[in-house]
Amino acid sequence: MLDMKVKAMPDFVLTPKTYEGEREITWCPGCGDFGIINAVKQALAQLKIPPHAAFFVSGIGCGSKLPDYVKANGYLGLHGRSLPIAQGVKLANHNLKVIATIGDGDGYGIGAGHFVHAMRRNSDMTMIVENNKVYALTKGQYSPTSTKGWIASTTPDGALEVEFNPVVMAIAGGATFVARTFSGDPKHMAQVFAKAIEHKGFALVDVLQVCVIYNHVNTTEWYRPRVYKLDDEANYDPRDYNAAMQKAHEWGDRIPIGVLYVDERPTYEEQVKALAQGPLVKQKPGGYAKETWDEFRAAFM
Amino acid sequence: MIKNNMTIKLGGEAGQGMDTSGAGFARALVRAGLHVFVNQDFMSRIRGGYNFSQLRVSDKPVYAPDDSVALVLAFNQEAIERHTNELAPGGAIIHDESIKVDPALVAEKKIYSFAFPFETKALEIGRAAGMEPKKAKLMLNTATLGVTAAITAFPFEHIADIIMQNFGKKKGSAVAEANLTVARWAFDEASQFAAQYEWKLEPAKKPVNRMILNGNQSIGLGAIAAGCKFISAYPMTPATTIIEFMTAQSKRFNLVTKQTEDELAAILYAIGAAQAGVRAMTATSGGGFSLMVEALGMAGMTETPLVVVDSQRPGPSTGMPTRTGQGDLLFLLHASQDEFPRIVLAPGGVESCYTDTARAFNLAEKYQCPVLILTEGYQAFASRSVGVEEMPFEEFEIDRGKTLTDAELDQLQPGEYKRYAITDDGVSPRAIPGHPNAVYTSTSDEHTEYGRIDDEDPVNRIAQHEKRMRKIETMKKEMRMPEWYGPKNASVTLMGWGATRYALREAVDLLNAGGVKANALHFIDIYPLDVKRLEKELSKAHYLIDVEGNYTAQLAQVVRMYTGRAVDDKVLKYDGRPFTGAEIARRVKAQKSSARRVAKAKSNGNGRDGRSARKTARVAKVVRRKVKA
Repeated sequence: MLDMKVKAMPDFVLTPKTYEGEREITWCPGCGDFGIINAVKQALAQLKIPPHAAFFVSGIGCGSKLPDYVKANGYLGLHGRSLPIAQGVKLANHNLKVIATIGDGDGYGIGAGHFVHAMRRNSDMTMIVENNKVYALTKGQYSPTSTKGWIASTTPDGALEVEFNPVVMAIAGGATFVARTFSGDPKHMAQVFAKAIEHKGFALVDVLQVCVIYNHVNTTEWYRPRVYKLDDEANYDPRDYNAAMQKAHEWGDRIPIGVLYVDERPTYEEQVKALAQGPLVKQKPGGYAKETWDEFRAAFM
Repeated sequence: MIKNNMTIKLGGEAGQGMDTSGAGFARALVRAGLHVFVNQDFMSRIRGGYNFSQLRVSDKPVYAPDDSVALVLAFNQEAIERHTNELAPGGAIIHDESIKVDPALVAEKKIYSFAFPFETKALEIGRAAGMEPKKAKLMLNTATLGVTAAITAFPFEHIADIIMQNFGKKKGSAVAEANLTVARWAFDEASQFAAQYEWKLEPAKKPVNRMILNGNQSIGLGAIAAGCKFISAYPMTPATTIIEFMTAQSKRFNLVTKQTEDELAAILYAIGAAQAGVRAMTATSGGGFSLMVEALGMAGMTETPLVVVDSQRPGPSTGMPTRTGQGDLLFLLHASQDEFPRIVLAPGGVESCYTDTARAFNLAEKYQCPVLILTEGYQAFASRSVGVEEMPFEEFEIDRGKTLTDAELDQLQPGEYKRYAITDDGVSPRAIPGHPNAVYTSTSDEHTEYGRIDDEDPVNRIAQHEKRMRKIETMKKEMRMPEWYGPKNASVTLMGWGATRYALREAVDLLNAGGVKANALHFIDIYPLDVKRLEKELSKAHYLIDVEGNYTAQLAQVVRMYTGRAVDDKVLKYDGRPFTGAEIARRVKAQKSSARRVAKAKSNGNGRDGRSARKTARVAKVVRRKVKA
């Protein structure tokens, strides 16, 4: 019924421009999201995933506006609720490349419950978190990833909680692909996104994103000298759980970016028997044979 | 002799197996061509406590429980205390000899107490078969069925059949044989009492194939027949058995069923699946539905077809998990902020759970909105023998409304597709995501015709909000009016909704039999209401008595809000138990204002009261004259 292959557009070359939305972008000038959206488009073009074969899901927040600004299928849902929607989409049509693009408040705060369970299931999808360590769209309150002591309107004496470490959580929680990248490095972002989208299973990419309006601590200038690429570490093996955990805990003067952890496990969808015949959406609804119903009736007589 | 018309109660602790033996006996009766209705009454615990299963059997279809009990199978002392008073004269209690029955009470109530050494015998036969004492004790169930068959003169081979089927396959022949021996012993032992006992069960001459299904199974079946391929849910009594049933059937029908981390995820998964083009549903009870409300509004905003079942239990909060009630009606009508089109259906009875759930999936796709099914604990668990013709699974016609086919999508130019196009009927043609010519987004923000965020422009807001709300006018036309039961021009009309349907009918029959001309007006389609048509129906009711399972008469409030028509009296119940027809009839006669009405109706020779009858006659005369002229 639905053809996901590029053959529908034989002479069409996929470039980042293919995914250009027609919308005026409302992010603040200098926002890290501009780099992120460009890197997402680049990754899609590189992987030759046409707009109709991609499905973006997001929540609410600055970063969650991303699907509105790209040309691809999308569902912009509720704050914190993107992952269950994304998994529902994937179960209904596993031919679609499902990508959730949300912020740190959305993914790690209000949506934390869904985050934990999505990782356990290893649904074949990508979760990109635009982590600017602050609630920007509601004007600067602290987020789950804000540093302890963060001063904002609701925490005038400084946030009392310690910050949430998403990559440690993801490695411990069963995600089969865990990566971190940085909004100041477009090339690195595109590479990591492409690897995450290509990965079979649940992939988390935590993006260290700058917010020029509300986060004056974790700026590009702050991150630049601190981040270093795991790709450049000769002996780093992302399949080594303990090594990954060690890197995931590293923060401060040195912040590792790149693929922290990779594991191989059957995806959730691969294990669902009803999907063996192909995507659910391609299976004709109803219209079961009389013999099927006769069998059913006999079982209840 | 009373042939093929009796109610049997099986009562004891959770874990003693009454529900299994009740179900087994019901199956034997149905195979013998009789009709059964079985309802469960159980506590929110897995072992102990007090539960009972109530089985009504007849040679005519039965749709509701009956108050008058002919036989009590008592598995513990409490069963005696609870049900002796419910026994009709001539009725009997069957029990182990260790359970005490007051002989004075037996004499006074003119009932029988048939005691047997069930446990001793079960242990003895079990030991011989090499069964553990704990397992052997459970054969008490089988023994009581043997006795029941004996005193009602029901052929033993029907019981033997069911025993072989229940135990033969799963537990091996030794257990099956032991059960058979126990049943045979009990049957022989009890045959001496058959002459005293008035109620008899006789297999039909020509048995007809019938299924036994409960309300939740029927909801699952309605979904499956309508092409629902996806259910996500979080366990919550009394809705859990819907996803359990569909999971048990998932291989046969190739379904995806998903237990999620919570009810928020349950509805969100279903919305995701529906958005991707699959018919999808979720099922919960009031507490879980409360968690789903934000997402329900989102489905309204993104116009995603979705079916949500709320199996009501008394609340608020945790309330009474295993009990029944009708307290969620107003909540479901108004759940979520602001306004959006929705449909609310409240099936009444097993066949309606099937039919109206199936219909819900067509309505959801035709109007691209959430359809809410309101059922309740009593209906979830009550089962009935259902004729094959009542559920013509193969014949259900799937109507996907304005869902675009691949051929239609092929005709589109890339970029021209508007998911939220402004239309006269408010319904926009819907593309299933994945086609190159119809790449689009949906958003919980207010949006343009293309589905892009526009949460500022008032002109666009008006256009989109009106487009969505116009669907209500469109759907009203196909919503069904409440159904009448009983004679026209009755002096009292009982009004109710959902699972009380057959209790209302029995109440009507009882009132009419007692000389009160009564009828019933029962709602399945609750919202949206076509006010004009409804007003016409309501005008046929002379004295309207609202019968509901809540404190504030919620349906009566809805009817008054939309039509201005107030009810004349109310029969309300919120003890967590279902209505019976006898109870409704009794209360109608006992309540002060209704009682006055009933008395007046009788003195006027029944039907309408004298004055309005005279007035109608006068009007008719005038009309006739005009027609002639």
